[in-house]
Amino acid sequence: MSKLRRSMLFVPGNNPGMIRDAHIYGSDSIMFDLEDSVSVTEKDAARFLVYKALTKLHYGKKELVVRINDLSSDLGIADLEAIVRAQPDVIRLPKTDSARDVIECEREIERIEREVGIPVGKTGMMAAIESANGVLNAKEIAFSSKRLIGIALGAEDYVTDLKTTRSPEGVELMFARSMIVNAAKAAGIMALDTVYSDVNNEEGFMAEATLIRKMGFDGKSVINPRQIAPLHAVFTPSEKDLKKARAIMEAIAEANARGSGVASLNGKMIDKPVVARAQYLLEMAERAKTITVEEV
Amino acid sequence: MIDFDSIPRIKEVSACHGVYDANNCERKNVDRFDDRQKHSVKVLPSIEEAVRRSGLKDGMTVSFHHHFRNGDYIVNMVMDVIAKMGIKNLTVAASSLTDCHWPLIEHIKNGVITHIETSGLRGKLAEAVSHGLMDFPVIFRSHGGRAAAIESGELHIDVAFLGAPSCDPYGNANGYNRDSEEGSCCGSLGYAKLDALYADQCVIITDHLVSFPNTPFGIPESQVEYVVVVDNIGDPKGIMSGATRFTKNPKELLIANYATKAIEASGYFEDNFSMQMGSGGASLAVARFLRERMIEKDIKCRFALGGITGQIVQMHEEGLVKKILDVQSFDLIAANSLKNNRFHQQIDASYYASYANSGAAVSQLDFVILSALEVDTDFNVNVMTGSDGVIRGAVGGHPDAAAGASMTVVVCPLLRGRIPTICSHVNTICTPGRTVDVVVTDQGIAVNPLRPELYERFAAAGLPVTTIEKLHERAEKIAGIPAPIEYTDRIVGVLMYRDNTVLDVIRQVKD
Repeated sequence: MSKLRRSMLFVPGNNPGMIRDAHIYGSDSIMFDLEDSVSVTEKDAARFLVYKALTKLHYGKKELVVRINDLSSDLGIADLEAIVRAQPDVIRLPKTDSARDVIECEREIERIEREVGIPVGKTGMMAAIESANGVLNAKEIAFSSKRLIGIALGAEDYVTDLKTTRSPEGVELMFARSMIVNAAKAAGIMALDTVYSDVNNEEGFMAEATLIRKMGFDGKSVINPRQIAPLHAVFTPSEKDLKKARAIMEAIAEANARGSGVASLNGKMIDKPVVARAQYLLEMAERAKTITVEEV
Repeated sequence: MIDFDSIPRIKEVSACHGVYDANNCERKNVDRFDDRQKHSVKVLPSIEEAVRRSGLKDGMTVSFHHHFRNGDYIVNMVMDVIAKMGIKNLTVAASSLTDCHWPLIEHIKNGVITHIETSGLRGKLAEAVSHGLMDFPVIFRSHGGRAAAIESGELHIDVAFLGAPSCDPYGNANGYNRDSEEGSCCGSLGYAKLDALYADQCVIITDHLVSFPNTPFGIPESQVEYVVVVDNIGDPKGIMSGATRFTKNPKELLIANYATKAIEASGYFEDNFSMQMGSGGASLAVARFLRERMIEKDIKCRFALGGITGQIVQMHEEGLVKKILDVQSFDLIAANSLKNNRFHQQIDASYYASYANSGAAVSQLDFVILSALEVDTDFNVNVMTGSDGVIRGAVGGHPDAAAGASMTVVVCPLLRGRIPTICSHVNTICTPGRTVDVVVTDQGIAVNPLRPELYERFAAAGLPVTTIEKLHERAEKIAGIPAPIEYTDRIVGVLMYRDNTVLDVIRQVKD
C-alpha cells in the first residue's frame, strides 16, 4: 500500500513556531522549506533550524520532506550536506528542468549517504517542475531516478515563465497539470499539485482541489493548516462511493468463488479496471482513518 | 346608620396628619412631571458632594464594578476626588481591575488605598503589586466568591460607586437604555447589582441621565442613595471591544475542533443542555462548531450562561439557545441583545455563581469551556500569574463554573512560545484540579482520572485521548524544563476559593 499524500504542509524553515507545531494539523506530509519562503539572509539559520528539528523533535509517522535550494547555487549543496544527514524521508528538488537536474542531485545525495553511512537509496526524492521547459521534460524527469516518489507542479514560477498569471479557473495550468499527471502515472509515481495561495477563499480552494483530484493528482501542497481539512474532504472517498466499492469487491469475490472471472453488479459488468478503482478507494479510506495522539 | 360621634376621641382623628398635617405640611407637589424630575434630591452636583453625603471615612470600603473593562473612567475619577478630600486607609473592593487602573499606584503610595480586593489585576498596577507595592496582600476572589463574601458580610461595602450608561433622577440604572441609542452601552450590570443591593450607600455615576422611569433597570432606585452626572463614564472603545470575530488561527481552530468533538462524545450534548463559553478565540470557535452540530442533530440549548458574546446571541436569535443568562456582556452584539431580546436576562453575581446560593446558575451547567495560562499534572489551573510570576490576569468565574459544571473543559495550547502550558506545578492555583475534567490541547486531550467514563467515551469516538502526564512529558521534551521563578518570601496576593477559604498565595517576585 503506497503512502497517502493528499496534503503536504509547507513550513518556512526559518519559523520556529511553525516548525515545532507542523505535525499537529493532520497533513499527510510536512515540507520544511529552505528555498523561496526563506530570505537570503536567513538561509543558514533556516538550514540549522530544520536540521535540529529533524534530529530532535518527534513528528510521529508523518512523512518529512525538505525543499532545498536548487543546486546551481552553493546553497543547494550546503542544504544537502546538512539535511541528508538529518535523514528526512524525502528531499524536494525545486526548479527541475531536466532529468539531469535530478541525476545531479541524486549523485550528491548518494555521496553524502556513503560518507555518513546511511544506506544508499534511503533518502527519497521528489522533483518540482516550475518552467515551460520542465513541463515539456516531465516524462524524462519522472523516469530519471528510482528515488523519486513523485513530481510536483510549482505554478508561480511556471506562470511567470509563460508570461501569464494565475486565474481562478486555472486554465493556464491545464497543459502543465495534464503533462505532469500523465508523466507521473506513466512512471508509477505520484503527481502532486501546486499551492493555492488565497487562503481565505475556501470555495476557490475546494474547486481547485476537486479539479485536480478528477485529473488524477494524488495530492496538493498547502500553505495554511486551515486548508488541510477541506483538502482531505475532497480526497477522502464519500460513504456512497465506499458502499459501491464494497459491493463491487463482494461481487467479484463471489464470482471468484464460483470460479468465474466475470461478475456483474446491478446489471453492469465489473471488469478489471472497475475492481482496481474500487480497491484503490477502499485503501484510501482505510489509510485516511482518524489518527490517534500516539501517532502524532 | 353608624353613629360616628359615639366613638371615643373620634374628634382627634384627622385625614390631615403626619407630614400632611394641615398646620405644618408642605403643599403637595403640583409641578408637571418633567419639572419634578429636575428637582430630584438624589441628583448631586459632584462626586465630591456624593462622597461627603455618603459619610465615607478613613478605613472604610468602597466598591466598583468592571463592566466598562479597559474603558473605565469611574475608579480613577472617584479615587482622585477621595484622595483630594484627604480620606485615607481605604479598601478598594472592585469586581475587577485592569490596565487602565494604573493611577491607583499613586493612591496606594500616598496611603489613600491600603487594601485591594478584586478578581484580577493587569498592567502596571499588577506589575507594581507583584513587586511589593502594598503592605497588605491583594485579596483575589472569584466572581462567585465575591458574591458569597458580600452576602455573608465578610466583604462589607460602605459606599459603592457604580458607573451606569443610563440612569434616571431617582437612581434606576442600567447598562443600556431602551429609549434611545445615545450614550455608551455595556449591557449587563450583573456585578454592580449585588454591590448596589448590599452597600450601605450607593452612588450611581452616569453620563446619560434619562427621564423616569428608566425601564428596564438593572439597579432599582430603592437601592440607590445618590446620582451624579459626569461628562464621560468611560471610553466606549474600551467598554465594548466591538463585534467578536472568528479566529483564523489554525491552532485555536484545531483545539476548538477537538473540544467540540469531545463535547459531542461526552454524553452531555443532548437536547435541552446548558453551557457556558468564554470569549477567547478557541471558545468562540467551539461555539461556532457546536452551532453546526446543533443544527445537524436538531439539538437545542436550554440556557447559555456567563459572559455573553455575539456568538451566543446569534444562536439565541436562530432559536438554538432558548435563554441567555447574562452577568456580563462581552461585546456590543450581546449588549444590544440584552436590550432587545425578551429571553436574554440580566443576572447578578450571586445568581450567576455564589457559593452560598444553591440555585446559582453555574450549578446548573452541563459543560463549560474555560481557558488557562497553565495546567499542572494534578489538573490545577492558573489564570492569574504569568510565566515570570507576575500577576497578569483575573480569576473571574473560572473556579465557580469549573466547580458547578458537570463537565469542565479547559482549552489551551500545549506550549506558548517556549513555555510549556502543561507543567508539573502551576504557579498559582486558581481552580483546583478536582473540578477540572478535561484538558484539550493541540496535541491531545487529557481526561481527569476522576472521570474514567469520559475517557472511555472520547476514546470510543476516536479522539486523541491521552494522560496529562504524557502531555506534560511531550511539552517538556520540546521546550525543556523552565528554570523556576524566583520569589521572595513576602506574600503580595491571596487567592480565595469560592467558599472564601485560602486556596493559594502569590509571592513577590525577585527584582
